[in-house]
Amino acid sequence: MQNQNLSFINKIIDSDIFFSFKKSPTAIISSLILVIIFFCSFFVEIIAPYNPFDPSSLSLMDAFTPPSWSEGGTRNFLLGTDGQGRDMLSTILYGSRISLIVGFSAILFSLILGVALGLTAGYFGGRYEMFVMRITDVQLTIPSILMALLVDGIARGIISRELHDQMAIYVLIFAIGISEWPQFARVSRAATLVEKNKDYVSASTIIGVSNLMIMLRHILPNILRPILVIGTIGLALAIIAESTLSFLGVGVPPTTPSLGTLIRIGNDFLFSGEWWITFFPAIFLVLLAFSINLLGDWMRDTLNPKLK
Amino acid sequence: MSFLKINNLSVNYIMRKETVFAAQNVQFDVSKGEILGLVGESGSGKSTVGNAIINLIDEPGKISEGSIFIDNIDIYRDPKTIKTLRGKKIGIIFQDPQTSLNPLLTVGEQLIETIQTHLNLNNGDARRKAINLLEEVGITDAENRFDNYPHQFSGGMRQRVVISLALCCEPELLIADEPTTALDVSIQSQILELIKNLTKKRNLAVILITHDMGVIAETTDRVAVMKKGILVEIGPTKEVLGNPKAEYTKSLVSSVPPTNKKINRFNVINKIDNQVNLKILNRWKKKELIDQNLIEVKNLKKSFHDGIFSESSSKDVIAVDNVSFNIKEGESFGLVGESGSGKSTIAKMIVNLFKPTSGEIYFDKVCINKIRDKNVMLKFRRQIQMIFQDPYSSLNSRMKVYDIIAEPIRLHNTLIKDHELKDYINNLLESVELTKKSAERYPHEFSGGQRQRISIARALATQPRLLVCDEPTSALDVSIQAQILNLLKDLQEQLNLTILFISHDLPVVRQMCDRIAVLRYGKLCEISDTENLFLNPSNSYTKELLDLMPKIESIYETR
Repeated sequence: MQNQNLSFINKIIDSDIFFSFKKSPTAIISSLILVIIFFCSFFVEIIAPYNPFDPSSLSLMDAFTPPSWSEGGTRNFLLGTDGQGRDMLSTILYGSRISLIVGFSAILFSLILGVALGLTAGYFGGRYEMFVMRITDVQLTIPSILMALLVDGIARGIISRELHDQMAIYVLIFAIGISEWPQFARVSRAATLVEKNKDYVSASTIIGVSNLMIMLRHILPNILRPILVIGTIGLALAIIAESTLSFLGVGVPPTTPSLGTLIRIGNDFLFSGEWWITFFPAIFLVLLAFSINLLGDWMRDTLNPKLK
Repeated sequence: MSFLKINNLSVNYIMRKETVFAAQNVQFDVSKGEILGLVGESGSGKSTVGNAIINLIDEPGKISEGSIFIDNIDIYRDPKTIKTLRGKKIGIIFQDPQTSLNPLLTVGEQLIETIQTHLNLNNGDARRKAINLLEEVGITDAENRFDNYPHQFSGGMRQRVVISLALCCEPELLIADEPTTALDVSIQSQILELIKNLTKKRNLAVILITHDMGVIAETTDRVAVMKKGILVEIGPTKEVLGNPKAEYTKSLVSSVPPTNKKINRFNVINKIDNQVNLKILNRWKKKELIDQNLIEVKNLKKSFHDGIFSESSSKDVIAVDNVSFNIKEGESFGLVGESGSGKSTIAKMIVNLFKPTSGEIYFDKVCINKIRDKNVMLKFRRQIQMIFQDPYSSLNSRMKVYDIIAEPIRLHNTLIKDHELKDYINNLLESVELTKKSAERYPHEFSGGQRQRISIARALATQPRLLVCDEPTSALDVSIQAQILNLLKDLQEQLNLTILFISHDLPVVRQMCDRIAVLRYGKLCEISDTENLFLNPSNSYTKELLDLMPKIESIYETR
């Protein structure tokens, strides 16, 4: 068993993808940053110096402490504190976890929805395809933020106020997911149209394999590459969308702040000189989205032989 | 006095894991008024040599050694020389006339542009010259066709335009890289005739790169045989093909299906050629052959609707028009025609990928194109299997060979146990002469011929009675083709298979089939026993096809 694992690792190291990875400094740096961010966000309880949501550890005396290297900063709070005396570094790490969870779930949701619709549309064709693709066309004319705002607005109308804070994160995932699926549908439909005319699909049809199995076992694995690429770039978009919505105040509530919420809170203090409260979450968000995008770009270049 | 002289040429491709020696110490010369054939299988480096002459070797390839002289000028000493020579002294004809012309410019514009880059002519003179060239390559009504776009020409005409482009600047050396591979037989012979005439008339030195021994036999004066980058043998065509000295040339020549007789098996040299050992026979419920029709096709018709918005059927493309034929059980039946003759469409209707517009297909006396019930259909699917042309797209590259072959077995025999399945797959692989280890690998680890074997194993997995082979060897090299054809013959004999064999390659069909149907524009021209068809064809189109096919035997006749 171990031997098998080893040979699998060797195979990865030997593969062309890994080779081009080694040769691309952008890919290495961006994935390094991402690994650090992911690690810190998911083991935040261990890594973060404070728990900003534990009221007993907070002291208003510490409020508005500037970053440690500037005048008045202390070594206890590396990136300073906010208006409630919460350590900025810890809040950012907790916030990025929420941002990542929302981003990943939203993109997974839209990926499954979009691929399911695009794959079936491409495979079956006809009126059904026409119908699905026209819906994506219509939805693509609506800006995704507007779409997300609309969904959020409707959700607020339906769900009671007390429940809303609990449900906020799910509403957010749904809102972002529903606004991102058309591009997955388009890409997977286009790729399916190419694949379904290949002989291996005909061979399976002749053997008698059912349509569902042909789609799942034969076509889906062969169209995954372009979907993964737009999925990665979509992830950055989803995280930014989450932050935008939270910044506008329709995202996650301030009690469990995400990066966007933190930027919004900090925004109020920007003109009174406490720049770090909004600056660090913003920089963190930029770094996160930028790294994902760079990695996505690299993936698109290596996974798509046509671009070489 | 040789015009082109290649000395000791070596081309290397330095890759990440290995260095590929695409050409090693290749040495030959070409004189004016002579056609030199450069023949070899895929990967033999024949195109590399052609590209080296015109300095078109892509990165990471590099000429590591040797020199090329044109008219006693070393063209590699000074990179500037090659630029002035390319196009001026050297003309090039590429394989695919679809992509070697710019679709957005008229033929005339492309000709004038090329003429004016190399010759100092004003527009009027250039136009006159271009029209003359078009006439020279056999385009009728050149004056009017001058302003047409490439898509308004047929494939053969387009290749003529490409040739006229190559001739624009009065070259003295012409390099034709597989100039007729993408064309039908009848057009192929016209183009080859044109190249032969031009060689004489203009006193050109011509290098004809091809994999087709028939083309070599009919066109070239001398031939150079290449294998894995090494020049194996060079000499007058008649000697090399008629009395080959090198072992490789011998095997190459013996793999070519003869056009004038039917042979039982191909001689495959360098390979232990034994009859396949069929352990699958234990599982196979081999049917005794009964003298009856397995397939009856009656008045089959298929039209494709052209365009989404027009509802009228006037613009429909009729691919198959009123075709009827029968295939006896145990027979191999050939379906022959040029591209667009509807032969693949018929195959796809028989395996039920397309529904016919009208007409019936009977399999074992049941009309299979009107079955609605999925389970009934599945029973027939099991009995009709297909082998495809392109071995690269007919296997799912994300599945292991084991899973590829297991899929049809599991589907049609849901109760099969794992160890039984494994045994059966091993036997199947063995019967197509692949090792057991192949099961654990992915398709991309195999060569084209091996992939085609996997494809055959998959088709055999359901124990079909009818095997539809749609150009099963046209993507393969001749020596591999010989092996695959031998394999198909053996399998048919031992398993009592009925085969529907579709091909554009008449010599191959002659070796494989008992009876042949000739198709043209979706209509049936003639059905006849193979020998009868080749010896006294009754239909004029069949006669034309037979006359035009390149014959390797032609070298034995005095020219």
